[in-house]
Amino acid sequence: MSLKLLTRGGLRSQPITTARIVPARRWSSSISQPPGSDSVRFPGAVNSKFTSEMAFLKASDLPAIPTYRVMDSDGRQVDKKRPAPDVTNEEVLTWYKNMLSVSIMDVVMFEAQRQGRLSFYMVSAGEEGITVGSAAALTPDDVVFAQYREAGVFQQRGFTLKNFMSQLFANSNDTGRGRNMPVHYGQNYPRIHTISSPLATQIPQAAGAAYALKLQDLQNPNRDPRIVACYFGEGAASEGDFHAALNIAATRSCPVVFICRNNGYAISTPTLEQYRGDGIASRGVGYGIDTIRVDGNDVFAVNEAMKEARRLALSEGGRPVLIEAMSYRVSHHSTSDDSFAYRARVEVEDWKRRDNPIIRLRKWLENQGLWSEEQEKEARDQMRKAVLREFGAAEQEKKPSLREAFADVYEEITEEQREQMTELKRILETYPDEYDLRPYKDGINGLD
Amino acid sequence: MAAPRLFRPTARLFSSRLASTALRSNIRQSACAPSILRRGYATETGTKEVTVRDALNEALAEELEREKKCYIIGEEVAQYNGAYKVTRGLLDRFGPKRVIDTPITEAGFCGIAVGSALAGLHPVCEFMTFNFAMQAIDQIINSGARTHYMSGGIQPCNITFRGPNGFAAGVAAQHSQDFSGWYGSIPGLKVVSPWSSEDAKGLLKAAIRDPNPVVVLENELLYGQHFPMSEAAQKNDFVIPIGKAKIERPGKDLTIVCISRCVGLSLDAAAELKEKYGVDAEVINLRSIKPLDVETIIASLKKTGRILAVESGYPMYGLSSEILAQCMEYGFDYLTAPAVRVTGAEVPTPYAAGLEAMAFPQVDTIVGQAVKLLRL
Repeated sequence: MSLKLLTRGGLRSQPITTARIVPARRWSSSISQPPGSDSVRFPGAVNSKFTSEMAFLKASDLPAIPTYRVMDSDGRQVDKKRPAPDVTNEEVLTWYKNMLSVSIMDVVMFEAQRQGRLSFYMVSAGEEGITVGSAAALTPDDVVFAQYREAGVFQQRGFTLKNFMSQLFANSNDTGRGRNMPVHYGQNYPRIHTISSPLATQIPQAAGAAYALKLQDLQNPNRDPRIVACYFGEGAASEGDFHAALNIAATRSCPVVFICRNNGYAISTPTLEQYRGDGIASRGVGYGIDTIRVDGNDVFAVNEAMKEARRLALSEGGRPVLIEAMSYRVSHHSTSDDSFAYRARVEVEDWKRRDNPIIRLRKWLENQGLWSEEQEKEARDQMRKAVLREFGAAEQEKKPSLREAFADVYEEITEEQREQMTELKRILETYPDEYDLRPYKDGINGLD
Repeated sequence: MAAPRLFRPTARLFSSRLASTALRSNIRQSACAPSILRRGYATETGTKEVTVRDALNEALAEELEREKKCYIIGEEVAQYNGAYKVTRGLLDRFGPKRVIDTPITEAGFCGIAVGSALAGLHPVCEFMTFNFAMQAIDQIINSGARTHYMSGGIQPCNITFRGPNGFAAGVAAQHSQDFSGWYGSIPGLKVVSPWSSEDAKGLLKAAIRDPNPVVVLENELLYGQHFPMSEAAQKNDFVIPIGKAKIERPGKDLTIVCISRCVGLSLDAAAELKEKYGVDAEVINLRSIKPLDVETIIASLKKTGRILAVESGYPMYGLSSEILAQCMEYGFDYLTAPAVRVTGAEVPTPYAAGLEAMAFPQVDTIVGQAVKLLRL
């Protein structure tokens, strides 16, 4: 850690430890009240004007934060005067295909789970625009912390169908070595951190990782600066972790972009019972964080917001940004959920038909003459085949080698574990009819 | 090894939906089907087959009925009938003031529950699983377990924390942990962990009535399991005293001390020991983790001279370590062989069904250890 950085805030010559980083503005804010001043100089609220009129701020009187969008639900640019989105046709087509691919995989895997071929699955229907659009604005070196409904982020960042399927079927190609529940993807560390089940834990961790990136980039100014992109749902934003994360990211000036997927439901709890304020965006403002609300079904709006957020996050030495992307969770929460128990089927069908990120982008592409009915049919057909092909291959693929059952608790296999492996091998060799080792990579040799 | 794979419930990560069970393989029915429909008929002796889920539900309903200060709070407990359907029908019966859904914030709703207990209510705070209660551990321990003492005995804290704990199926490292040892180590908390339907009903009712903070560690794999329930247990005044163990099976050769789901496994193991080796094992269902019924354990040890503790927590610093230590302190002279324990494996719970089964005590592990202990 660089001493120069730590003393930048005008700290006096005291022993420097990491716990004592105090920026200069803290000191200047404690100046006492000058006589006749019309504004507050209390350290806790600078630049606040005095008033003799007692008035409480009524949350309900404040106008709701507007929602940024570029194209309408018919796939047309809303503001004709502004330039068209700064994206090549090729890129947009890639986005579209990625969104389509994720949604097709979702349908297949959801059904596969229902048939008992994997234990669990979570779809992201209705949120492909948010994940693909935002991931497209990241550089390959940016770091992602995801929750569990961000297949689009993985897809856009180069995750292949084979990668997805290997994790879902916990086979020998799974970089998690078959130890995680399905959809807990993780690959290409440290650019993507493995998904963790308990809600919201990734949010403060993202702030911490962003702080680490900031220090690393300061030490090594030659490399391109990086940000952390942190995804979560509006339900997770009720956890204390969310609040701790935003506050600390703001006070420590961490280059992190928080992306809230506000899809209207936290399992069965509708947003009305999740919070009473103006969405999640209003909280960002409260923590002194630059905030925007975007139409999550508009992939261009999401992408533009994310690009700008990335720029802001790296400006002025780093700072956090909050994006609240609005959408509707068309799907059930997970394969363990049947959402028609708490919401009307007609409401869901209505959303599916009326507004959906994929349909909207398709209309846009068709308006531009970049896409046609035949192409759509062909693409869907091909993707479905590809999904099924990888599905079949992953299911057939061998399970991780037997040695993986002993690895990664201790750095090196311990003497006791070695004995256990020898004993296991002896048993397996003694009773070959009792244990079918064919599904495991390397068979019996996996224990060598 | 086939059994756990077939049983593997579609990893109920955050919830289990009843309506969707119809679409799944029927093997899973016992885990999720509306057990109330499968409730058995009363027999001549008045005993009835009841699932653990229904027993818990009955206990909650009876206590809500009995005590106006009692209410239930947690994620998905009202509208959704509980992630595991334990609170089924309670919202309809008692209304939204007594059965309260919360935003997703364990620290928040647990703190609210503790606060209302400090102000005189009798909350039942449901955690979707005790794995998620880690987010609220400060409220449970630093406030729930401490305030009565620290306020000079002025502030009451009649609260019940409940939810599934320990063994699960197919949900890997972050959803299958056993926290018995954690809560058991805290002065100021009482901790119980039921096995059968009678245990579930009697202990939960005792927990709610007890003026102290009580942690009720249930198990999700037991929810759908049927147990006979005596006529006495079906009554609404049925309470099991906290801190009292139950001898589920008397024996003279070996004492097996166990709790929660391990009781069922130990009984099966005892039957196998009898059948294969003619050994009479005594099986003690602890029921309470804190206070621990040392008296019953030592009385049994005096009779059998050998002790085997079975639990599903991690081996180090756990419940069985405590049981063994107590046996050394109070029963060392009666031991005719070193005391032995069977615990969960000291690894993060693996996802692979076969490895997962091996990470927790199974009937053959218990039999194997017993055989070694008895030098058979």
